[in-house]
Amino acid sequence: MNRAEREAYLREYSILKAQGKPFFPYAVAKDSLMAVVVMIVIILMSLILGAELGPKADPTTTTYTPRPEWYYYYLFEVLRVIKPPELTPLATIGVPTICMILLFLLPFYDRNPERRPERRPVATVAGIVTIFAIGYLTYMGAEAGSPNEIELETPERIEAQGGEVLASFEAGRIVTAQSGCLACHKIGSNGGTIGPDLTDVGERLPAQAIARTLQNPTAPMPSYDSLQANQPEQFEALVDFLSLLREDSE
Amino acid sequence: MPKLKLPKPPVPDALVPRAKRPGTTGKTRPLDVAKESGISAIDWVDERTSLAGAARWMMFRKIPKGTNWFYTLGSATLFAFLSQTVTGVFLAMYYIPDTAGGAYESVRYITNEVFLGEFVRGMHKWGSSVMIILVMLHMARTFFFGAYKYPRELNWVIGVVLLILTYVMGFTGYLLPFDQRSYWATVVGVNINGTGPLVGPYLNDFMRAGPDFTQSTLARFYSIHMMLVPGILAALIGAHLYLVAKMGTTAPPWMKPEKKGDVDREGA
Ligand code: HEC
Ligand code: HEM
Repeated sequence: MNRAEREAYLREYSILKAQGKPFFPYAVAKDSLMAVVVMIVIILMSLILGAELGPKADPTTTTYTPRPEWYYYYLFEVLRVIKPPELTPLATIGVPTICMILLFLLPFYDRNPERRPERRPVATVAGIVTIFAIGYLTYMGAEAGSPNEIELETPERIEAQGGEVLASFEAGRIVTAQSGCLACHKIGSNGGTIGPDLTDVGERLPAQAIARTLQNPTAPMPSYDSLQANQPEQFEALVDFLSLLREDSE
Repeated sequence: MPKLKLPKPPVPDALVPRAKRPGTTGKTRPLDVAKESGISAIDWVDERTSLAGAARWMMFRKIPKGTNWFYTLGSATLFAFLSQTVTGVFLAMYYIPDTAGGAYESVRYITNEVFLGEFVRGMHKWGSSVMIILVMLHMARTFFFGAYKYPRELNWVIGVVLLILTYVMGFTGYLLPFDQRSYWATVVGVNINGTGPLVGPYLNDFMRAGPDFTQSTLARFYSIHMMLVPGILAALIGAHLYLVAKMGTTAPPWMKPEKKGDVDREGA
């Protein structure tokens, strides 16, 4: 906006303002009505949805669902869109930071004096695309199945071995399901895509390597060191289960 | 100093106080005394604070022609913030930031034992979602109306800070009930921050108050959630509103002034 445009704006604005109504009582009435609506919505949500309290936090077990509040889903989902691990910092911090800076500086790079949405198509389209992107990513985050269900048939080769192997496979399946790995990893047909698919991890990594990853992971994966320290049998079941997963597991 | 011209209250003609006709002495009746006492109480405060000018400046300023319901989203956000403040104060009366079980126990106590406890906790919990939605809608309104342009750039920048702080409130508050969900979501959230370049690891250590998740972490989240961020939010909302009153709210972008010869320029 150059100087003439600014002055023209201020002149027109002062006339529009002079032709308006006083803040009190006209705007105050509308604002108050809106406040009543907000109050009613909050009260109804509280009455209908309540305030649940899950099981107590326990850093030594891993029976958890690392799920943020829904309004963080879309930030979390960026991780799914940008997959290669070497780009993880970009997804977790880079993209949100860039968006934040773009938001801060908006009045400084959008110098177009026009204000009507239909006459500044670039800004309007960018705004609408942003809204849809946030909406879509939030929806994806909400849709990602419960991270506590493993949909995976016991492979035949393990059925065939029976006995101890089968028992440890089933035990490990339960621990893994409870541990919320599926929030980030796909095992069988269910699970997230933030981390690598684990359906055939036994083929890629030996048991020790899996154990090492669990105790000393790369962020954002949480460390399961305390599980190993406090419940070594469970930890072992987890590792055994993963190391038994092969290509044929489905 | 030149005297500031302040807008007058929009009182209907019939109610504007008029001086008595000269010559009518009449008794002062109790009703008149009651009327006078309100005015004199305000005068008493104003004589000692000079706040009446500020109140007139804020309340009786004109809002431009065409101002519609979209313009209530900002004050609705403010209202949600106030609701969070009030319900939050009540929750803080019972909450104990203790990782050894006290935190979870105190929230369980609020939910199950305290009179209307679950209701107030529910209002605080869902109020946060409502506030986020309102702040987003308000931002969308100012974006599509081009309200961030000259001369309101600074108010947009303050607004972005308000948005980020509102998100910080959501993040720090989520940990406090200290159930499995909130604990592990926060562990992952803190880890995600740690992947940031350069500052990531430091930010991580700051948030956890050390390399591990401990009692200090919860205490830190609690004090950030209930003192630091709300304080900054309140101050910045004050600045935001001051700028709104100072600059005036925008007219809807498609609004054109009526072409009348003698427009009343007062209060413009
Ligand atoms: C918050 C998300 C998250 C959770 C929860 C999570 N992981 Fe991970 N995991 C990751 C990411 C991201 C990687 C990739 C890290 C890298 O490549 O450096 C990874 C890597 C791995 C690897 C190495 C895979 C390979 O192919 O190199 C294994 C094994 C693994 N995770 C197992 C688990 C198990 C078992 C659990 C549950 C007990 C679990 N993870 C929970 C995010 C997660
Ligand atoms: C805690 C959060 C916030 C509160 C309480 C708040 C409050 C308000 C209020 C009451 C107004 C008056 C006009 C209206 O209601 O539309 C306003 C105007 C404005 N707000 Fe906010 N706001 C908040 C966050 C934001 C955010 C996130 C942005 C954008 C990034 C923003 C940008 C603006 C702008 C540019 C105006 C001027 C609008 C105009 O003149 O038409 N605000 N705000």
